[in-house]
Amino acid sequence: MFARLVYESFRRQKRRKLLAGVAITLGVGVATAMIAVATDIGNKINRELRSYGANLMVSPQEDTLDVEIGGVNLKPPSDGAYLNEADLPRIKGMFWRNNIVGFAPMLPANVNVSAGSGTKSLTLLGTYFSKQLRFGKEDFVTGVRATHPWWKVRGAWPDDNSQDVLLGERLATKLNRRPGEQIEISGQSHRIAGILSTGGAEDDQIVAPIALAQQILGKPGAVRRIYVSALTKPEDALARRDPKSMNPEVFDRWYCSPYVQSIAYQLQETIPHSHAEQIRQVAQNEGTVLARITGLMLLVTLAALFASALAVSAAMATAIFERRSEVGLMKALGAGNASVAALFFTEATLLALIGGVVGFAGGALLARQIGRSIFDSKITIQPVLFPVILAIAVIVTFAGSAAAIRRAVKFDPVYALRGEA
Amino acid sequence: MSSLPPQPSAVNEGPASRRSAVPHTSMFLRMLLRAAVLRRGRAASALLAMVVAAAVATAMLNLYVDVQAKLRKEFRNYGANVVVVAKDGQALPADALRIAESTLAGRGLAAPFAYVVARTSDGKSVVVSGTDFDQVRKLDRWWSVTAWPLAPQDALIGVRAAAVVSPQGKAFDLSFRGHGVHLNPAGTLQTGAAEDSRVYVPLGDFEAWTGVQPSTIEIAASGSPEEVSDMIQKLAQALPGAEVRPVRQIVEGEARVLGKTRATLLSAAILIILTAALCVLSTLIGWVFDRRRDFAIMKALGASERLIGGFFAAEAAALGIVGAVIGFAIGIGAAAWIGRVNFHAPVVPRFSVFPAILVGSVAVALISAVLPMSLLRRVQPAMILRGE
Repeated sequence: MFARLVYESFRRQKRRKLLAGVAITLGVGVATAMIAVATDIGNKINRELRSYGANLMVSPQEDTLDVEIGGVNLKPPSDGAYLNEADLPRIKGMFWRNNIVGFAPMLPANVNVSAGSGTKSLTLLGTYFSKQLRFGKEDFVTGVRATHPWWKVRGAWPDDNSQDVLLGERLATKLNRRPGEQIEISGQSHRIAGILSTGGAEDDQIVAPIALAQQILGKPGAVRRIYVSALTKPEDALARRDPKSMNPEVFDRWYCSPYVQSIAYQLQETIPHSHAEQIRQVAQNEGTVLARITGLMLLVTLAALFASALAVSAAMATAIFERRSEVGLMKALGAGNASVAALFFTEATLLALIGGVVGFAGGALLARQIGRSIFDSKITIQPVLFPVILAIAVIVTFAGSAAAIRRAVKFDPVYALRGEA
Repeated sequence: MSSLPPQPSAVNEGPASRRSAVPHTSMFLRMLLRAAVLRRGRAASALLAMVVAAAVATAMLNLYVDVQAKLRKEFRNYGANVVVVAKDGQALPADALRIAESTLAGRGLAAPFAYVVARTSDGKSVVVSGTDFDQVRKLDRWWSVTAWPLAPQDALIGVRAAAVVSPQGKAFDLSFRGHGVHLNPAGTLQTGAAEDSRVYVPLGDFEAWTGVQPSTIEIAASGSPEEVSDMIQKLAQALPGAEVRPVRQIVEGEARVLGKTRATLLSAAILIILTAALCVLSTLIGWVFDRRRDFAIMKALGASERLIGGFFAAEAAALGIVGAVIGFAIGIGAAAWIGRVNFHAPVVPRFSVFPAILVGSVAVALISAVLPMSLLRRVQPAMILRGE
């Protein structure tokens, strides 16, 4: 009898059930989409923040002091220590390898370029553009195009295995050269693949594949610095502690968190005789910006949850309030308060479950769409969210119905049947 | 709640001619008011839905408009987004900093930098920079400094430079073109970049020692990308001898992150406002539907459909206006709270969003009133009055 009552109620009152069901579906959909976006926004913004460039720099441990003003190196070329290029692919073998967005080695060399009548002393910067590397069985591509996304090239990026070069924008204007022309660097002729614009010191330099710089310096396999762009977790009290003073348990926790400090520590372990350090301008600000944006989205998600909870309870209250005469009839026929309430709660649960499932699917699609249109990558929904969302849907629907059901049950059947509600 | 209000005698009395002379408006208003007072519970729940929806919409719109300014402030912590450099090895004109500051007119920070390569007492080269520490402190907040120099002849030493010039933290001598200077290490500086290999001294001391003028001014200009590029043009005009260029790394990173955040917030705002509107819609539909008996009685007493439609519409509009005003006030408060919690600065109320909220609230209320009306119109009043 009870099952039949529920069934008939759904069959005969399609419009009302549809209205409440739509409200629940939309509410759950919005809540799902917002929770999915809020839980993933940290990752997404973290990746966007990588457009500020590398947040770690690796230099030789026994390095002498840099003597550099405005990007012009004033140090004698023989001076200073080097890292070994052969160690670079090992970065992809360290613990937080999947958090490494990219890395680019740098090797500056002083060169002479014939300009008009005389020669000009310039800096040639050797690096990776988008170099194919291999670690173990894994192939990957890295270079300045990943670590320095604001570098723009008119013409084409040179191939990493070629002898072609990029000319800094201001230098190109000074020398009056265009892409495709030749330039004589320290006695050898090279093709200019493109004109590089960075808004920094590189605008006055020549940028070339690292092999060319090594050849000019006569130091095969030498690297002066490595810029590493890594996804990191905002700094907290644990991050700032000195790893030497930690006990093994704390150290493990520190080592296994993607703090910029622990990634620097691992880089030092990975690359022999190196010193890795965070670039504070990028690394420090990243944390605050990330915290602000994720905090904002969290609060907005709370607002969304609040609004959808309200929408669901409003719809439920309306649906139940409209059925007072039905309640009156049931009570007049001898139904107790408990069985009336049970009927309504069963209906509410059914509605919540159906609306919850459909809403979850819709919300997942919506989150995906938001991810694709804004961040060009999809937002993944944790499957664990499904039971949580469903439980929330049922609870909110219950809570929304409770007050209305209580009022409906309390109502005197005589008035309800006379239609004087 | 169970019976209709007693009919006011003034209207019932008198002949038909007199009745028509009584202005309809007073009756209309009275019905509106009585409906709200008598059905307090239902009216209150409809109003509550309206207020919440308007408040949520206000808070979201306010946040959306203001978040840009709030986040830009955070992005300014990345430091200079504009640099002024001397053309080809020359020094900047002596009054360049003053000109730059007057061009900025308080809408940003400017810090001068002068550089030379000096020699330590044992003949090693080190880059020494003269700057204004007060400005640098505000401009380059990521500098990790143990103690800022306060007295003249105090120097701030990069961690890598410290190992060379003053390994034990003692006072040291530097020389440039035969002129010596004696400096006290006040603190060390760590940035992870080129600054670590330099020694920073107050600009006054630096100029007295080397005679070299600043060659670079780093500027953090605040405002939108348009305002910043406007500022670059103004600076270029004011300083014809110098090159003014944006720091692309900072400018482009900011535009990217800000754009994505705004887009996400916008889609969130749309979703939330839609949900809130839905909440109002279902509550108000219920409210109007619930009053089908009033509708039937009015119709039975000879009211035209237009009059009844107008009555329900006026009721909905009044609800929308009241809800919008209260909701706006609450929403402003909510936005200010979110601003304080998240950005440690309240979100400035934007009264420009009020018309949008008002129009939106009234529109949603009218839609929710009109939808059930079209359903009710098809029903005979007798059926409703009979309770079917």
